[in-house]
Amino acid sequence: MSENKAKAYQNKAPAAAPAKGPGRNRGPASMSQIKGSLGSIKRVLKIYIGYFPRLVWLLLLCIVVGAVTAAVPSVFQQKIITIIESSWKSGDWTGARPQVLSYIIPLVCLYVVALGLSILQSQLGAYMTQTFLSRLRENLFDKMQRLPLKYFDTHKHGEIMSHYTNDIDTLRQFVSMAFPTIIRATILLLSVFGIMLYYSVWMTLVLCIGIVLMIIITGKVGAGSAKYFIRQQMAVAATEGFIQETMNGQKVVKVFNHEDKAIESFEELNNTLMSDSGKANAYANILAPIINNIGNIVYVLLAAAGGIMIYFGTPNLSISGLPFGIAIMIPFLNMCKQFMGNLNQLTMQMNAIVMAGAGAERIFALLDQEPETDDGYVTLVNCEIAADGTVTEADHKTGHWAWKHPHQADGTITYTVLKGDVRLTEVDFAYVPEKQVLFDVSVFAEPGQKVAFVGATGAGKTTITNLINRFYDIADGKIRYDGINVNKIKKKDLRRSLGLVLQETNLFTGTVMDNIRYGKLDATDEECKAAAVLAGASDFIERLPDGYNTQLTNNGSNLSQGQRQLIAIARAAVADPPCLILDEATSSIDTRTEAIVQRGMDKLMEGRTVFVIAHRLSTVQNSDVIMVLDHGRIIERGSHDQLISEKGVYYQLYTGAFELE
Amino acid sequence: MIVKILKSLRQYKKETFLTLLCIIGEVILEVLIPYITADMVNNIKAGADLSNIARTGGAMVLAAILSLACGALAGNFAAKASAGFAGNLRSDMFKRVQKFSFGNIDKFSTSSLVTRMTTDITNVQNSFMMVIRTAVRSPFMLVFAIVMAFIMGGKLALTFVVVVPLLGIGLYLIGHFAMPAFRAVFKKYDKMNESVEENVRGMRVVKGFAREDYESKKFFNASEEIKKDFTKAERIVGLNGPLMELCFFFNTVFILYVGSKLVITNQGQTIDVGQISAMLTYGAQVLMSLMMISMIYVMLTMSIESVKRIVEVLDEQPTIHNPENPVMEVEDGSVDFRDVAFRYSEKAARDALFDIDLHIDSGMTVGILGGTGSSKTTLIQLIPRLYDVTDGEVKVGGIPVKDYDVKTLRDAVAVVLQKNELFSGTIKENLRWGNENATDEEIKQACVIAQADEFVSQMPEGYDTYIEQGGTNVSGGQKQRLCIARALLKKPKILILDDSTSAVDMKTDAYIRRGFYEYIPETTKIIIAQRVASVMECDMIVIMDGGRIVDTGSHDELLERCDIYREIYEEQTKGGKHHV
Repeated sequence: MSENKAKAYQNKAPAAAPAKGPGRNRGPASMSQIKGSLGSIKRVLKIYIGYFPRLVWLLLLCIVVGAVTAAVPSVFQQKIITIIESSWKSGDWTGARPQVLSYIIPLVCLYVVALGLSILQSQLGAYMTQTFLSRLRENLFDKMQRLPLKYFDTHKHGEIMSHYTNDIDTLRQFVSMAFPTIIRATILLLSVFGIMLYYSVWMTLVLCIGIVLMIIITGKVGAGSAKYFIRQQMAVAATEGFIQETMNGQKVVKVFNHEDKAIESFEELNNTLMSDSGKANAYANILAPIINNIGNIVYVLLAAAGGIMIYFGTPNLSISGLPFGIAIMIPFLNMCKQFMGNLNQLTMQMNAIVMAGAGAERIFALLDQEPETDDGYVTLVNCEIAADGTVTEADHKTGHWAWKHPHQADGTITYTVLKGDVRLTEVDFAYVPEKQVLFDVSVFAEPGQKVAFVGATGAGKTTITNLINRFYDIADGKIRYDGINVNKIKKKDLRRSLGLVLQETNLFTGTVMDNIRYGKLDATDEECKAAAVLAGASDFIERLPDGYNTQLTNNGSNLSQGQRQLIAIARAAVADPPCLILDEATSSIDTRTEAIVQRGMDKLMEGRTVFVIAHRLSTVQNSDVIMVLDHGRIIERGSHDQLISEKGVYYQLYTGAFELE
Repeated sequence: MIVKILKSLRQYKKETFLTLLCIIGEVILEVLIPYITADMVNNIKAGADLSNIARTGGAMVLAAILSLACGALAGNFAAKASAGFAGNLRSDMFKRVQKFSFGNIDKFSTSSLVTRMTTDITNVQNSFMMVIRTAVRSPFMLVFAIVMAFIMGGKLALTFVVVVPLLGIGLYLIGHFAMPAFRAVFKKYDKMNESVEENVRGMRVVKGFAREDYESKKFFNASEEIKKDFTKAERIVGLNGPLMELCFFFNTVFILYVGSKLVITNQGQTIDVGQISAMLTYGAQVLMSLMMISMIYVMLTMSIESVKRIVEVLDEQPTIHNPENPVMEVEDGSVDFRDVAFRYSEKAARDALFDIDLHIDSGMTVGILGGTGSSKTTLIQLIPRLYDVTDGEVKVGGIPVKDYDVKTLRDAVAVVLQKNELFSGTIKENLRWGNENATDEEIKQACVIAQADEFVSQMPEGYDTYIEQGGTNVSGGQKQRLCIARALLKKPKILILDDSTSAVDMKTDAYIRRGFYEYIPETTKIIIAQRVASVMECDMIVIMDGGRIVDTGSHDELLERCDIYREIYEEQTKGGKHHV
């Protein structure tokens, strides 16, 4: 495999195979990474505290008291050993027993408290973590629903999904593990350090030497480790990219007898990965025994130093003023273990902080997106139409709808009956400022008219419909619905008045009935069935094993493409909108199946204003008016017969002289 | 199952073994250190001299250094062994997949195969590393520490008789209740994520129907339920910590109280302060080991799913094999189907193809027409033996396809698949898939026939233009033409195009067919198409419907007698004669 090919995989692969979450090995964190994450971590903590303004203090109390109670027993140990020391030669247990008990009993009490707190902390922690995560998740989802379509057009689905899986998971680790551990370990370290100073400054100094030693060595090993982890990441990306591509094209590989070649290329990448991964993990694995055994060596040094101090009777320097002896040395040694252990835990949490920081940053990036704005104040209401044509608002279902338009200037309200008259006047539009996609587009659709858009991919057909239902907002020009500027209409109501059938049918997990009802949530079963009949979907639905109650999963994978499309049509039909947008609704269906779907479609279109986008000219030719689009401009417009007789672009498309791409 | 994947260890058995050895060494040393410390403490207490302290101190430092060496070596070997194991496993899977027939490939989806070769392998690698490091270490530690405790502490070690079963049973119970709870939660969790994906994918529909609030509410309900279940499971697992503490506390109190009694009553004869201190250390070691064992158990049950998925691939038997004395040459491009029936799997409800009898002369141009689901693709995939027939026989060049060497057959039968792929690499590299040794002239020639030469030459780097993964930087029509050129380079006896010009305009489509006629008249050409225009001039047109051949004949014959053909023809000519 050529050098540049391998690089290409490295560049490509991360998008194709997003990070796989906690299962993957990650390198140790560097200081700068930790600093970078702190901002997001702070915000996470703020939210966390905001969710549980009182409970969080209780949890903190548990952790802090728990840590202190864990540090204190060494004091009791020292006392008891002092008793042993003073009375072992006499062998007088009956005399020593009450003394020993006078320390054992408070120790037991302390332990009982610690245990209670520990249980409380674990239960509280579980509750708080899960509540935090579910609220965050819900906020995330709710926020996502409010984002403009632009966000989904510019972000990969996998990328959005990973917020819910990987990123939330890093926060789970942080909130449930890293956060309490860091607090506990820090408090413990401080307490133990304090107690150590209380007993002996000299011995504490020896420990400090050990800590410095440990930091230096782990820093060195960590740097080496980081280097190989980066190499491992690159090798992983390259290998995964190759696997992805080969699996995708596996049938092509077979057809061309290319198996051996594929294996050869794969082995090359796999071997690199194997060696890099081995080295990276070796560094990471070595770190633990090093830290552990430096702990052991410090332990030995302490024991030796203690022995020497006792031997020479060196005067002790301490807060307590106690003389140095075996009674101090034994708890000191145990504290040394405790200290090192907690220090180790603290360093282990650094990775979790970096990961959580990065995860939080990505989540906040979504949460901080500008939501879709809606300044509309014209709403859709039920209405009664009197014989003389006056329209009055009704609070019950009437079968008639009207736009309720409050005028800010004079405080009056006018009602306009919903008809489905859509007019675009001199519309310009650009998705990104530097690249205009629509130029001076004017389209007039009267109620009941069928307007078709024809043109190459990228000519701007879908863009026009995106503007009508305000998935995007226009830069210049006007769009009016029943004479009202669409900017004034509440988006929800505007979209309710526009039915949508797309090329890619998106069905949702649930029954067939649920999916039809998606168009109108309060529709009765009868209404849904009537819609299915209208769409011509009832025949096949009734033949399904559970009829309308058949469960659909995975975007209706148990149905054929045509059947899915029929349900999507029924879904639009039940909403009964006066205006319909059909965006390539029949493009992925073959000619014969299309004939069936077309019948449903024709029924649905009756009496409605319809915008049709189609690749296939047969679908559009009976439209009232056909617009031929080219690079964002309408270059021809007219009925099929008119356009054919003009012998322009439409004629050429029609006779197959052009390639629509 | 586990034995099965362990076979992939191969050359890394040595490293695995060395890891275990080093770890045992490390454990022994770690258990020895408190023992020596106890000795030292007792000596100091008894007022030993400096040389004595120096000697035991030296022994301890030595032990620590040795333990460090063992630990570092073990870590190193473990990393090498697990990386190597994972690499071997990945390679075994990849090679196995290369042996898969189309039938095998259909069973697994692309994304599932990718996950199995990436995430699942990573899981196994991590678990394996943990197992060879910790799973050996912990039980050894447990046993050694208890043995040492009994040797040194005598009666004091009785605490373990209480603590070890207590912790063991406690951990078991927690696991017993928590594991099913977690499994249930994870299932729900996956479902929730699926519904999020569904939502993201269908965002246009959600917004189009103004269903944002509805979707949010649906999600809240799912999320709240998960919260409840998850909290329950985590609360059970949360008891791990307190349980461990309980044992640790019991241990400390027991050793301190009983220890002081023993030391004082025996006047330090059988047991001394040093032993008390050592016993506290052993206590911590024993409890930690137990804890680790329970953690390993959890990790392993999680990675067992990954192992299952890996073994599924490794165990999948390729359904197509070479015959024993394969025919190594394909005589000509004639094709015969005799009484062929085919179903994709034994479980399939009905035959995808049945009653197929068809003869195609060498050099003929044949068009196949029919709706989706009429099994056109299935039919042609039997010719290069991408699938084996369920019944009947397919012959190429007069010899049953099952008698050919598979490679020979597939070299002679070039298929341009409907779902076609270009691979990342230059255009030239992609085209050479057809023939590794093709000269630049041959490549150009193939592209001229496929009507690809013009646009390739117009690209700034011509035939050296780099194709991005998935061929995203060429248009659909261009991609199809390149795929045709790639197949032409094989110089096949039979060329099959499965709806391969659907994105190409009519004129270019016609040029391509004329190219076939001029340059490769002797090759049998089979063309599946949606457009009548693409097959109208063929020597023979095959009409398929619902898995069988309805009729065969020339355009004129069929127009006269075949309803389906007439229907399609009229639909397409009425509807603008050609749909674009």
